[in-house]
Amino acid sequence: MMGKNKIKRRDILKGIVSLPFLGALGWAAGRDYKIYNDSKKEKIDFLNKLDIDITLPEELQGTGPEKLSLGIVGIGIRGTQLLQALGFMHPDEMKDWEQNQPQRLQAFLEQEDMNVRITGVCDLFKHRTDLAVESTSRNGHQPKVFNTYKELCESPEIDAVVIATTDLWHVPIALAALKSGKHVYIEKPLTHKLSEVYKLRQAVQESGKVLQLGHHQRQNQSFVTAQDIVNKGVLGHINLVETSTNRNDDNGAWQYNMYEEFPDEMIDWDQYINGYYDIPFNREYFFRWRKYWKFGSGLTGDLLSHAYDSINCILNMGIPKYMVASGGIYTHRDGRVVPDVLQATMEFPDYIRKFSQEKGKEKGMTLLYTASLGNQFNRNTKFMGHDGTMELGGDIYIYPDAQSTQYKEYLENNSIQPEEPIFYFDPSSQSQIDIVTSATTKYFADKGLLMDFRNGRAVDVTHMHIKEWINSIRTGRKPSCSIDEGFEEAITCIMATLATKTGRRVEWDHENEEMAIEGMRNPDFDELLVI
Amino acid sequence: MQITPNRLTWLSILRMMIGWHFLYEGIVKIFSDNWTAYGYLITSEGFLSSFFNSLATNEGVLGFVSFLNQWGLVLIGLGLFLGVFTRISCYAGALLLLFYYLCHPPFIGIDYTFGVEGNYLFIDKNLIELITLIVLSLFPTGKHLGLDRLIFGPIKSL
Repeated sequence: MMGKNKIKRRDILKGIVSLPFLGALGWAAGRDYKIYNDSKKEKIDFLNKLDIDITLPEELQGTGPEKLSLGIVGIGIRGTQLLQALGFMHPDEMKDWEQNQPQRLQAFLEQEDMNVRITGVCDLFKHRTDLAVESTSRNGHQPKVFNTYKELCESPEIDAVVIATTDLWHVPIALAALKSGKHVYIEKPLTHKLSEVYKLRQAVQESGKVLQLGHHQRQNQSFVTAQDIVNKGVLGHINLVETSTNRNDDNGAWQYNMYEEFPDEMIDWDQYINGYYDIPFNREYFFRWRKYWKFGSGLTGDLLSHAYDSINCILNMGIPKYMVASGGIYTHRDGRVVPDVLQATMEFPDYIRKFSQEKGKEKGMTLLYTASLGNQFNRNTKFMGHDGTMELGGDIYIYPDAQSTQYKEYLENNSIQPEEPIFYFDPSSQSQIDIVTSATTKYFADKGLLMDFRNGRAVDVTHMHIKEWINSIRTGRKPSCSIDEGFEEAITCIMATLATKTGRRVEWDHENEEMAIEGMRNPDFDELLVI
Repeated sequence: MQITPNRLTWLSILRMMIGWHFLYEGIVKIFSDNWTAYGYLITSEGFLSSFFNSLATNEGVLGFVSFLNQWGLVLIGLGLFLGVFTRISCYAGALLLLFYYLCHPPFIGIDYTFGVEGNYLFIDKNLIELITLIVLSLFPTGKHLGLDRLIFGPIKSL
């Protein structure tokens, strides 16, 4: 008996030999967790102090009880995209997306039906109106093809007009539409000439109709969040902002398809130049118009406009007081006259927001825009403030500044580090959607110009932007890129074009709303813009 | 050669150390907020990467896999650490490690940017731990130092 007992005791000891170590593990893990938790709590407390709002913006409804009839003028690359944003895609395109971009097609199919129909289409290239009719015919309804924008604008069967033509024609069409009491969605840049900016603003104000300018990046969640960050003074006094465009492919350099397989007769050239120029038929001017000042505005109108409006959407700083710009043609020596590398410096000496320093150090800001069509390195936009720097791409990073006044205490006790982000936000996280296909598409996506995410679902931002316009027409609510924001965009783009072309500093007189070019007395602005 | 108590003691210590490793990995994952296997699975490389990616992208499956991994680690860890159901714990641990190995295999030409602290070719720490567990499964260490001694009785021949 004794012997059996002895063995049993030893068995128990040997059986449970590791239990004390289990206790040790429990104790050590507990301590480790506490340290981790405390430092996490410190970070959460700090984030709570920053109080950055990352809630989704209100999702507007596009639909309404009454069917809205739309007309579209200009159905090229952008016009086609706008039709898609409205819910109309060509069957061939749909097949192509099914093969090559199934996730984008999915996003398209999930778009809200806004109860709109296309009743009028107008384009100077017949092939495009043919395609548009095929895309927009539904349930026995077919849009009417108009030969001139005037007839389309005057048609009683149209409530609102979408304009996606060459820059040259934006304002004449918008004016005709407003005159006939139609609402207007207009692509950027708002205008081609300076005189048009004033004219269009007046016409919109007098008509009481809704104008939305096509800066769809305003719909991005990250932009809304960035706005909140700036307004809450997280970055302190912002004194320098750097933004950019980099693209390095033919499409990004406006070398668009010229449809050589279609005869010249299918293009209404006379109407294209009517009232402006006397130039013989030229396919380059018709299809690749962005490369020529006569019809487009190059980098300034096509891409600086987006970059500027993005910053204006976040900082709401308005028109710069001074603009200096320069550029050249360094890659695409194909006969174009607009630069393919450009930089523009915009001065806002009176810019002032929430700040943390003593008075006297809180005013003035420079916005630097640089662009290359010969390199596609992705550069995030940087907002540099006294207390921190915000990097904005598809996502948002905020880094505290080592010399910050507002975060001094936190920096001193090492609860935050200048090299480490104090805030990171990625609206697309959790939604593993790969919608980026080509280099230029990648550029668009990084600048918030392609897709955004709502509840983990990819949504085309153009769809949201045009939906906001439709919503404004139905409810009377002011759209986010109205004529007021458009006025600022147009003036700024024109200043940049003039500064680039003349090599002189361009000044804006805010009080009198007048432009001046350094060293030039009474310049003919409109003439300078198109030559 | 004989299985001596001394040799079994050292093998038991080895088993407990692997148990400690599993257990702590499991505890950390359970206690971190919102831990999922997503990052690990989505960065998978090699010939089975599409399988591991598909586990990550399906939300329901991902939740299940994450749960299984967290509690699998804890249970296997306890089994090895306490020496209870030792052989089955060794097999289960080896199987889990096989998944880890295949999810991020150190094969020729595969470059890992994240989560790798050394340089490996074919043999990595997962594989070494896996083989160690196979070796341990061949010895009745739980019946020597472990709860198996109380459940199944001590090894008679020693």
